[in-house]
Amino acid sequence: MSSYGAEAKPRMGFFTDTSVCIGCKACEVACKEWNLLPADGLEWTGHSYDNTGELSANSWRHVAFIEQDKPLRIDGDFATADGTMAVDALEGGGAAPMRWLMESDVCKHCTHAGCLDVCPTGSLFRTEFGTVVVQEDICNGCGYCVPACPFGVIDRRELPRKPEDAPLALPLLGSKEDGRVWKCTLCYDRLKGGHEPACAKACPTHSIQFGEVDELRERAEQRLAKLEAQNWNGPRLYGHDADDGVGGFGAFFLLLDEPEVYGLPPDPVVPTQHLPRLWKTTALAAAVMFAGIAAAFAGGAE
Amino acid sequence: MTADSYYGRPIVNEPVWKPEVAFYLFTGGIAGGSAVLHGLAKLAGNERLARSTLWIGAAAEAVCPPLLISDLGRPERFLNMLRVFKVTSPMSVGSWILIVSSGASTTAAALERLRLLGPLQALTEGVWFLSGPPLATYTGALLANTAIPVWSEARDELPWIFGASATACAGAAAAIATPTWCAGPARRAAIGGVVAELGLVHAMEKKLGFVGEVYEQGEAGEYAKVSKALGIAGAVLLAARGRRSRAAAAAGGALILGSSLALRWSVFRAGFQSARDPKYTVIPQKKRAAIRRAESHPASAPD
Ligand code: SF4
Repeated sequence: MSSYGAEAKPRMGFFTDTSVCIGCKACEVACKEWNLLPADGLEWTGHSYDNTGELSANSWRHVAFIEQDKPLRIDGDFATADGTMAVDALEGGGAAPMRWLMESDVCKHCTHAGCLDVCPTGSLFRTEFGTVVVQEDICNGCGYCVPACPFGVIDRRELPRKPEDAPLALPLLGSKEDGRVWKCTLCYDRLKGGHEPACAKACPTHSIQFGEVDELRERAEQRLAKLEAQNWNGPRLYGHDADDGVGGFGAFFLLLDEPEVYGLPPDPVVPTQHLPRLWKTTALAAAVMFAGIAAAFAGGAE
Repeated sequence: MTADSYYGRPIVNEPVWKPEVAFYLFTGGIAGGSAVLHGLAKLAGNERLARSTLWIGAAAEAVCPPLLISDLGRPERFLNMLRVFKVTSPMSVGSWILIVSSGASTTAAALERLRLLGPLQALTEGVWFLSGPPLATYTGALLANTAIPVWSEARDELPWIFGASATACAGAAAAIATPTWCAGPARRAAIGGVVAELGLVHAMEKKLGFVGEVYEQGEAGEYAKVSKALGIAGAVLLAARGRRSRAAAAAGGALILGSSLALRWSVFRAGFQSARDPKYTVIPQKKRAAIRRAESHPASAPD
């Protein structure tokens, strides 16, 4: 990161290879433990094995589970080009094709980060590792970053108060938190100490790989080529391209289906990409408003 | 239209702003429009109109910081907004516009009250005059500069809509508070503002296409209808009887104020509704990506 001068470090990030994810949620647990994230309730969603639901202020890793009637590989009996169920194979008595997609989602640490751009206090900043981090002692709770993230990652923390917090005053108190926002820091504290982030450390299958982004990108290309050679159904990289709408992710993915199937936006764009033009529109609208009101004076006082 | 999704869960986050923010869009609009009306009334020698717009504008602007503080939760947080100036953040730019503009209007109102007329008053009024239009239109940029489809896709229209609506409601407020014989410019601003607003909202809904269908659904849809009906009724009343009858001017003005407030609420809620359904995020993005692919590899274009 250029503005850090001599203190700059290579850009660090994650390559999350969903093809080897086994859905154990060790990443979710390790993240919660290391970062002291509060629990946010136990709820059965009925959505496969996903009871976390989404990334939030209290869940900085989230494992998505998708059950599909699609074969894992397109070869042999299931050689349909679009990867859907091959009916002939079924009639021939073969097992119905199915696959269970699992993906550990995380903040993308965008090259052009909407959250960071719109933050009015400078609380969100770019670290020497090229990651995007909230300084909680500066966060103002304005919430502008929340709708500015194209991925719905960063969020305000709201925790209900419990009777033990203040037994008598409970009805008078609002939620326990003060509206500040929270998200993955790529374990900034661990990085500073020369350690890898907690989720990557805990992942038993190397689905979560931590390292220098440039090197991870090469590794991802190789992995993709291998899966393609083995006729996997639908492998693709998501967020590795430095020319996309957010300038590439610092934490990118290998997926096995369209991004939206995993709850990811198919073509994310940082809102501020349009801001220069938006400011011009705003200035022009202000000028015309001025002229319009001036015209209203043309007819005299009555 | 439907799209693949992850159990129908939203992709982008709903805003976390409280209703205070929608009211701020409204009061900020009144203040911004009043600043211009006031400055021009002064220049035109219409002292009566100048005075009423000063009180209206200063009052509307005085409630803006408390509304924002109530959204932020703690007073000192409003001051924290002034730690930095960041052009990439419309909220940062807007905080500065608001602090300059509201500082100028309250000072000008105080000087007027104390009858301290002189260079200082001229200066504060000049500053207020110039900060009014940006105060009214930056809020369009504030909403459009997000990942919320119905706001961000309307980036060419929202600043115009808020400017027109500010003109309408500032004119309406002044038409209520000013005797008819010197409220002509206010009435014409109100009527012109409503007409412009109706046209611009229509253009926005047309351009948004299916992303704009939230303006026909739920709360956003209801308030959009209310806003149009009140706006038309108010403008017609002002145009027909506003010059002769103070009562008609007041009623027409009140209808337009209601219309403007309903419009802000409709736009505000539309953002929440738009974030909630992932199809508004997925479908336009897929279309955009397909067009880009077709442009870069014409041969492999999907048909
Ligand atoms: S994914 Fe969202 S929260 Fe993470 S850096 Fe990008 S804009 Fe910020």
